[in-house]
Amino acid sequence: MDRIYMDNAATTAIAPEALAAMLPCFGQVYGNASSIHSTGRDARKLVEEARRKIADALGAKPGEIYFTSGGSESDNWAIKGAAFANRRKGNHIITSSIEHHAVLHTCQWLEKQGFEVTYLPVDEYGMVRTEDVEKAITDQTILISIMAANNEIGTIQPVAEIGKIAKAHKIIFHCDAVQAVGAVPVNVDSWNVDMLSLSGHKFHGPKGVGALYIRSGVKVEPFLHGGAQERGKRASTENVPGIVGMAAALEKAVNNLEENGIRLTYLRDKLIKGILENIPYTRLNGHPLQRLPGNVNVSILYVEGEALLLRLDLAGIAASSGSACTSGSLDPSHVLLAIGLPHEVAHGSLRLSLSDVNTEEEVDEVLKVLPRIVSTLRSMSPMYDDFLQGKNLTAK
Amino acid sequence: MYSEKVMDHFSNPRNVGEIPGANGVGTVGNAKCGDIMRMFLKVENGIIVDVKFKTFGCGAAIATSSMATEMVKGKSLKEALQLTNKAVAEALDGLPPVKMHCSLLAEEAIHAAVEDYLKNHPEEAIDL
Repeated sequence: MDRIYMDNAATTAIAPEALAAMLPCFGQVYGNASSIHSTGRDARKLVEEARRKIADALGAKPGEIYFTSGGSESDNWAIKGAAFANRRKGNHIITSSIEHHAVLHTCQWLEKQGFEVTYLPVDEYGMVRTEDVEKAITDQTILISIMAANNEIGTIQPVAEIGKIAKAHKIIFHCDAVQAVGAVPVNVDSWNVDMLSLSGHKFHGPKGVGALYIRSGVKVEPFLHGGAQERGKRASTENVPGIVGMAAALEKAVNNLEENGIRLTYLRDKLIKGILENIPYTRLNGHPLQRLPGNVNVSILYVEGEALLLRLDLAGIAASSGSACTSGSLDPSHVLLAIGLPHEVAHGSLRLSLSDVNTEEEVDEVLKVLPRIVSTLRSMSPMYDDFLQGKNLTAK
Repeated sequence: MYSEKVMDHFSNPRNVGEIPGANGVGTVGNAKCGDIMRMFLKVENGIIVDVKFKTFGCGAAIATSSMATEMVKGKSLKEALQLTNKAVAEALDGLPPVKMHCSLLAEEAIHAAVEDYLKNHPEEAIDL
């Protein structure tokens, strides 16, 4: 069997349609989209067509879409840009404790610049409580930033309700929708968002390109200073192939959204059920229902995540984990700790993320291979011995 | 990120398991940090005639445990106490910097098992 790729939350394979749309941009359409001559105008035409497609996918106007280098830049720009543009109104920002580091580290940096940030806790499923958002608002609050769906555990947040609260208080609402766009329906009006981040390579588009939606009238400082690209808000010559590829990928994803959602939800639930039923001492992380169609995240007790990933890789399966060893620090994933998992349970987490390239045969193969690997690792684990003998999880 | 030797010792760990009737057992590490190592020694006449390990931990933790057991097998207690984490890491053709603590755990696990043996055989400690 070919290699099985179940790390689609990290990145996806490029869609053939996206690649086909990009290729001319490396050849005949090589112009600078800001040039006045027809070589430039040909490129401009493609960029504007892509902008319209992205806007359509989000229920936005083309003039509200700004192209960026990816999800991290979109998050950085939205949060810093709105914070600095509105600092005369207040200095308080509300976000959640399970945001992506592109949001969390940006907020932590803003704290050093004199802003105050509230990091809302989440419930055991990784859900932000809307009443917590309401309670955290002060007369100084200028920005709320909550993700649409979590990248690790797949939990989908009550974004529309949070948007309603933000709107009622006239507070700018930014949503990091990097994992949601192309996976679940997104609409900037029904969600009441003022800014929304997305990234091309998460939905079978190219890497190095993303977009930020900014609602007309919302005040945001420019992020990159220089030329007049992106209506003077984001300098830098347009990444024409990236923009075109991202738009083609998103158009395809949105056209197949319902069908793919049903298929992936079935595969996801088969994986979850198979793991929980066939491997003892496992638990599902994240919400059982309010979760991304392609996200599986389980904790497998008494095994360590990195060892699990390496063994899976040797068996031809690509997956991900929230263990400390994969994060490059001594602490496991901040998301798994925020939903209340003890460190030792977080270390044994496994994320399998699906996309439309995955098949049921692959799911069956993973369900065949995974129990064997877990059993091998547990047979080597002193923690498992101690557990079987009724001792505490933790050694001295 | 891992050397071929690390991957070899991770995928085919040597001396994994436990020794029934081991006369030196040492456990180090903490589940909270994601690594626990347990070493079992069979010591006869001051020589480690058999050694086995069980490890909960990442690829480097398993590989360093495996390599450490190879390095002390057939050696005297004194030699085992001289085992350093650097030597274990070097024998594996190096470890990524963030994984050096795994080699330290392997060193500590061997030392803990030897000390456990010496606790019950204090007369042998005098010679070391």
